[in-house]
Amino acid sequence: MSEREISYTEAAREALTAAMERDPTIFVLGEGIGERGGNFNTTLGLYERFGPRRLRDTPICERGFVGLCTGAAMTGTRPVVDFMFIDFILDSVGELTNQIAKIQYMSGGRLKMPVLLRGCVGIGGGAATHHSGSYYPLFLNVPGFRVVVPTTPYDAKGLMSTALRSDDPVLFLEHKSLLNVRGPVPEEEYQIPFGQAQVCRQGTTVTVVAIGPLVPKSLAACDTLAAEGISVEVIDPRTLAPLDLDTILTSVRKTGRLLVADESFGPCGVGAEIAAQVMAQGFDDLAAPVRRLNGVHTPTPYSPPLEAAVVPSMDQVAAAVRDLAAE
Amino acid sequence: MKETMTIPKDTLLSLYRTMVRIRRCEEQLARSYAAGTITGACHTYVGEEAVATGVCAHLRDDDAVFSTHRGHGHALAKGVPPRELVAELFGRATGCSGGRGGSMHLFSPEVGMMGTSGIVGPCILQATGAGYSFQLKETDQVGVAFFGDGAVSNGAFHEGLNMATIWDLPVLFVCENNMYATEVAFKDSARNTDVAGRAAGYGLHAEAVDGNDVVAVYEAASAAVARARQGGGPSLIECRTYRTRPHAEGMRDGGYRSQQEIDSWKARDPITAFSRRVVDDGAVTAADLQTIDDAIVAEITEAVAFATDSPWPDPATVADHIYGGVAS
Repeated sequence: MSEREISYTEAAREALTAAMERDPTIFVLGEGIGERGGNFNTTLGLYERFGPRRLRDTPICERGFVGLCTGAAMTGTRPVVDFMFIDFILDSVGELTNQIAKIQYMSGGRLKMPVLLRGCVGIGGGAATHHSGSYYPLFLNVPGFRVVVPTTPYDAKGLMSTALRSDDPVLFLEHKSLLNVRGPVPEEEYQIPFGQAQVCRQGTTVTVVAIGPLVPKSLAACDTLAAEGISVEVIDPRTLAPLDLDTILTSVRKTGRLLVADESFGPCGVGAEIAAQVMAQGFDDLAAPVRRLNGVHTPTPYSPPLEAAVVPSMDQVAAAVRDLAAE
Repeated sequence: MKETMTIPKDTLLSLYRTMVRIRRCEEQLARSYAAGTITGACHTYVGEEAVATGVCAHLRDDDAVFSTHRGHGHALAKGVPPRELVAELFGRATGCSGGRGGSMHLFSPEVGMMGTSGIVGPCILQATGAGYSFQLKETDQVGVAFFGDGAVSNGAFHEGLNMATIWDLPVLFVCENNMYATEVAFKDSARNTDVAGRAAGYGLHAEAVDGNDVVAVYEAASAAVARARQGGGPSLIECRTYRTRPHAEGMRDGGYRSQQEIDSWKARDPITAFSRRVVDDGAVTAADLQTIDDAIVAEITEAVAFATDSPWPDPATVADHIYGGVAS
């Protein structure tokens, strides 16, 4: 049976809709997520279905409504914060790191913290520096968060469904360039467990761990590289916390070479962490140093040629793989 | 001081018991700090007992209280047993937060004590969120935030009061205006020091009361809690009060306020004033109060023994409860 294809955004919205039907304690807060249906159509049609208390347009006060969601989660409801652009989350970092991330621990597990924090990440479309950030390395550094970076419509739906069942705070980060990507998605609900990477393409020469939009870019480079005799294995971690290190180590055991490709910043970033963990647990399997490919460590510029210059391209992935294969 | 005769005798005795429990417990914690038994921060509530007592008298276990770094009194008034508070400050496994929290992180969700906080402001937002939950679930529960004058110029005050008001949430904001944020005078950090007046500007019910008069607090909270339970939206009560001990145990207490000022507030001690008034009114007898005094002394003595005899937390559990997991 051929599966229908829907967009990434539609897939995530299907999971949210089903969860809200099933669980009357789920509500969504954000700017323009009510009748408007969300700047990115994340809640399109839900206001008519669930009403204003469960689709609550907020004043522009990110710290305030994240703090509100903290208290709500402690008292038996399941808030979803729709930040629109994830850059806006930075106004609420104190509530996130000092409160949301710590309350389960400080209460000895007697309080749960089922807060879903979603927003659009990444560079593209001339959004410039206040609408282009990713920031997930900040949250990986703090104990208490789950960090989810879906790449495909199928994963967006399955991971959203899991996130809406999680008792932990989940950052659900949707890259701009992926929102309208279409793909096969089952109509029924399903969950993808956190901490299960996807091997997107098997290979034997180099392992590429790619995050978000770097997954399609890496896959697009594979055929050219294969023609050159370089067999690339592409892994999409899907969740960065928890991280499925076992799948990465298994791959490195086979290839001996690892590239981590990620649009977000390099210093203290995802690639640095994966490299350190692979060296600690798989050093003897490595035939070459672990390499990283990241976005340029700079605020995001507006002008098209400048913007293009900070984002890792498919060609840069291919070049990095060639270099690594030649070591 | 407000008339007491309209309040039943049992309630008067209960108010007295809670205030004395807080006072004696705090005095014990101060001694334990001086003796080195309490190794971390210890912010006492001495002088402010009437506020937590008068408000929490109207709350049920399923109402949610969110508090500050000066939260021992709120915890005790909400129903946390003294032994669990003392054990927490002693760092023992039997403390209300299992030794993970100490003075500034008291959690006892079983009695609706949803946490004290070492950060000024978040409690205002969290109580607003509890109100959001209760409205969504269509219960008659209430969220309550206790905070000081130091929180009033923080953005959380503005954002929380605004959201609670526009959505008519069942929340009670209790400002304990003790005139100092640590050692910075409120008059130096705000041009408008009328907290109730500021709150009224957001469109919610707001009033200022004598925070050293437990009856005044009790009556204001009675109306505010009833309003919230009946869907009448949020209220703010500004309780003008004073802490008579330093910001934290072990800190100096000079330079920012005069001994004369401290003495003038000690002369307005909420427990002394209340006990004199209820006995003079003939509402209760001195013997009634003495019975409570004796019981509280025994209770605090037992609490210290319990905490002292309690085990330390197991270091093997240090990373437990960071995550809750996914419900099946």
